Amino acid sequence: MADFVQQVVSGLASGGVYGSLALALVLIHRATGVINFAQGEMATFSTYILWTLTANHGWSYWPAFVVTLLVSFAGGIGIHELVIRPVERGSVLRIVIVTIGLLLLINGAMTWIWTGEVRYVQGPFPTRTIDIGGVAISLQDIGTIAVSIGTVGLLWLFFQFTRVGLAMRAAAVNPAEARLVGVRVTWMLGLGWGLAAVLGAVSGMLTAPSTILDPSMMQVVLIYAFAAAVLGGIDSPVGAVVGGLLIGVGLNLLGAYVDFIGSSLQLPAALAIILVVLMVRPAGIFGRREVKKV
Amino acid sequence: MSALLELKGVEARYGPVQALRGVTLEVPEGSIVAVLGANGAGKTTALRAVSGTVRRTGEILFAGKPLRGGPESVAKAGIAHVPEGRGTFTELSVLENLKLGAYTRRDRDLTSDMARMAEYFPWISERGGQRAGTLSGGEQQMLALARALMGRPRLLMLDEPSLGLAPMIVREIFRIVRELNEKNGLTVLVVEQDARIALDVAASAYVLEVGRVVVSGPSSEMREDEAVRRSYLGY
Repeated sequence: MADFVQQVVSGLASGGVYGSLALALVLIHRATGVINFAQGEMATFSTYILWTLTANHGWSYWPAFVVTLLVSFAGGIGIHELVIRPVERGSVLRIVIVTIGLLLLINGAMTWIWTGEVRYVQGPFPTRTIDIGGVAISLQDIGTIAVSIGTVGLLWLFFQFTRVGLAMRAAAVNPAEARLVGVRVTWMLGLGWGLAAVLGAVSGMLTAPSTILDPSMMQVVLIYAFAAAVLGGIDSPVGAVVGGLLIGVGLNLLGAYVDFIGSSLQLPAALAIILVVLMVRPAGIFGRREVKKV
Repeated sequence: MSALLELKGVEARYGPVQALRGVTLEVPEGSIVAVLGANGAGKTTALRAVSGTVRRTGEILFAGKPLRGGPESVAKAGIAHVPEGRGTFTELSVLENLKLGAYTRRDRDLTSDMARMAEYFPWISERGGQRAGTLSGGEQQMLALARALMGRPRLLMLDEPSLGLAPMIVREIFRIVRELNEKNGLTVLVVEQDARIALDVAASAYVLEVGRVVVSGPSSEMREDEAVRRSYLGY
């Protein structure tokens, strides 16, 4: 039983990371109608900024964390302005190809700036465990869950209770109408890219301490995030987070208790989830089914 | 009365189709003006030319100054455009729709405006949390109107408010528009296919045919003129 609870908690920790990145995908999908394939590389890039500040410049973790978020926010807006906006009115395929190009570009830039050498990011949370009701829970897991859920919660408050958050939602659901009430839709889209970059940065920075930092660090995480977003419903922010937690816990339990899956078949399991959801319930758990009138 | 809105020789096209062929019209401050005509006459395009949602040439003056820029700038200048087919954010709540109506306002205190809307549309106060898409057609039209008013516009533009609604609801909507005009001096430009009800509330009217103004004048004269009624207004 204790082992099971441990597996669930560590699943929730990875799930929080998948959920944050999945939410980033959903934000951009709602506003732009495409999957941003560069989301993972953007997150890795942010993590390198954190590494540079902490390891090279001797910053302590949390100031570096905050500065990384700010830089990522500006970077997300910049990417939208320079790369996405020129093709935004084009076909979905065009935007998708641009995001794939962006993936390659950022990946190359990281290798160029930081070399492909592996780096280690020291996490902000102690690696020891504490005893909760006879179960040893890792403090790092608890911290990861708190930070990812906290970030998502803050974002929810922003969308729900601020004027700009409301304008962003309006711009996403009905851009033409939003312009009529005076919302600058292009600015809102840029802001969406900025916030998505922030979410990605959080997921990258939370991933790094438990793995190694190299330019492809987030590529696998991005697949899990895809699975999370598809499972929850690609247009549902709540779905992305719930989907992330489900995928995190589910894969962790599968890995721990189903012998043949172990740790090596988790990725195929995630792909299987994507496939099954798309076949059985394409709108995902929380997504509304698209009704097309003929 | 000076003109709040003036169109001079306005032309607009959708691809190869010319929708407006030199429209000139005037909306005096504090009045209700109707634009009438059959389907495809260019009525909707005339409003869209004003709100900047269609490319146009020619001159449009608002409060004596040339109107420029896209719909965001036009909204900020004080023109509220309620487009054809309700124009609400169906996925957002009634309250959120109203808040968005006040988006361009600098003062953020909406309490008195919310109270005013609840006076005109009593159902709004009980159903603020409801998703706009689940409202009836009439309620959505009223919400679209209320949302436009939340911005305290100098000019309200309504596109076919009667479309697809029961006569009783149409009368109620036009009654409110008239009241807003009489009590608060709100200037209104309304596009309607239902000429009879539009002429009832409007002080003057323009009839469009294939993108041109063919008849214009005070509503009373239009109503009396049998030839105009028959050939252009269809009643």
